[in-house]
Amino acid sequence: MLKILKSGFFTTIQDKGRYGFRHKGVPVSGTMDDLARHRVNTLLENSADCAVLEITMTGPTLLFENDTFICLGGADLSATLNNLPIDNYHVYKVSEGDILSYGRLEKGFRGYLGVKGGIVSQEVLKSSSQYQPLTEKSCIVDGEEIEYSTTKMYEPKLTDLKVENYLETFELKADLGPEFELLNEQHKKQLFETTFTISKENNRMAYQLEEKIDGHSISMLTSATLPGTVQLTPAGKPIVLMKDGQTTGGYPRILQLSKTSISILAQKKAGDLIKFVS
Amino acid sequence: MKSYPIKTKPFGEYALLIEWPKEVDERILKDILAFEKRLRAEWPDIETVPAYNSLTIILNDDIASTYDLSIKVHDLYHSKEDGALNLEQYLWTLPVCYDAEFGLDLKMVADHLNLTVDELIAKHTGQEYTVFGIGFLPGFMYLGGLPKNLEVARRKEPRMKVAKGSVGLAGKQTGIYPQESPGGWNIVGRCPVPLFNTDLKDPCFVNVGDKIQFLAIERAEFDLKKIEAEVGIYKPKKVVLHA
Repeated sequence: MLKILKSGFFTTIQDKGRYGFRHKGVPVSGTMDDLARHRVNTLLENSADCAVLEITMTGPTLLFENDTFICLGGADLSATLNNLPIDNYHVYKVSEGDILSYGRLEKGFRGYLGVKGGIVSQEVLKSSSQYQPLTEKSCIVDGEEIEYSTTKMYEPKLTDLKVENYLETFELKADLGPEFELLNEQHKKQLFETTFTISKENNRMAYQLEEKIDGHSISMLTSATLPGTVQLTPAGKPIVLMKDGQTTGGYPRILQLSKTSISILAQKKAGDLIKFVS
Repeated sequence: MKSYPIKTKPFGEYALLIEWPKEVDERILKDILAFEKRLRAEWPDIETVPAYNSLTIILNDDIASTYDLSIKVHDLYHSKEDGALNLEQYLWTLPVCYDAEFGLDLKMVADHLNLTVDELIAKHTGQEYTVFGIGFLPGFMYLGGLPKNLEVARRKEPRMKVAKGSVGLAGKQTGIYPQESPGGWNIVGRCPVPLFNTDLKDPCFVNVGDKIQFLAIERAEFDLKKIEAEVGIYKPKKVVLHA
């Protein structure tokens, strides 16, 4: 078991997400930064779908109660294993009684902890990703114990992954959304020329941006939305839907972020800057 | 069945949007749902989200480029064989208790619409509503067909907490909050039947294209139905809809 001594700001269990229920209004959920989950699971030679802990801004303090191997990824949260600093994208052996804790947020916003074999947690609609009210809790809490299987022997094929660092990338690559063509030239120009600031209103459902572009009176019938859909409110406020975002919406879908750009945005916090590029 | 001029639009790297004429029309919805059924028979691994005048195809694995898919979609749509596919559609009767304890805004809305509370209930339950979409929250239905004289503006101050099962009115819409959530609709009653249940293989018994009719029940019956629903012995009444 993994004992949660302190849960941190907002730590959740996430896997690849909940697929096949969007027509019933169920958000996909899953890791905000899929790239980080994928890399962590690859290093641990787990299936890419394995559940990991998603650690937002301030990390937890965790006690390992059995032997295993771990790998961290995503944000740089100054993690230490028994008070010794450890790196992202490197496989470490942990033994019974070891303590993983986190310090200052250095880069990015969401860190990931992968465990050999994955975190074991009850599945709801074929996924263990936490999303209330489908799952009982919205995140992990102090004192909770999380299951994983014991691994005493493991020789990783790769112990270290030198990866392209996207934590400070500020350009988000996007395809034009279904309603992009309904915008006027001024809108289009503003959309790609403005440097946007991430608002305080940012979470797993959506990222709002501080800057507005011109308002509009485009009307449409409610239609599907996806993680990475950029909606434009009538007042001209762009909203980027993320993994827990609603499955349908009535605002024009002006852009659609690439999968990689969703990972890049997932590492942004209030005050960070972004720019859309097509 | 009549063919419509459909349009396909790429929706990012892994989704394709198909649009029908921009109208709230049951015939269009039926055409969308019939086509959705054919698409899913052709490609079992895709996800599809129908709503009003659109159908979105989501490719969870990169099985094809959206460009190739768009061509195949047009081919399939226009190679439509005669004889409509049998869609399994139902009319569901959902009980609603319009007791003042649940219908927090019932009296206010009735006054505003120049109706008595009984007249409002009679109008609200006297109508079959079509499910044009499910979204916003798990199990939240977008219902069409609200009588014009029940249209009322949203509340100026949204509530921070609207109870699960609350039945609301807002603009041209009526609907049920499937979970407790913040909300700005005027609340007129409460439905004891859970619309979303994660223990079931299909967590939401209603499908887009189905119809809903509300049935007014007394408070005592509400309590009983709620218990029955919780232990799983109450099943809402359904009637097969014929095309």
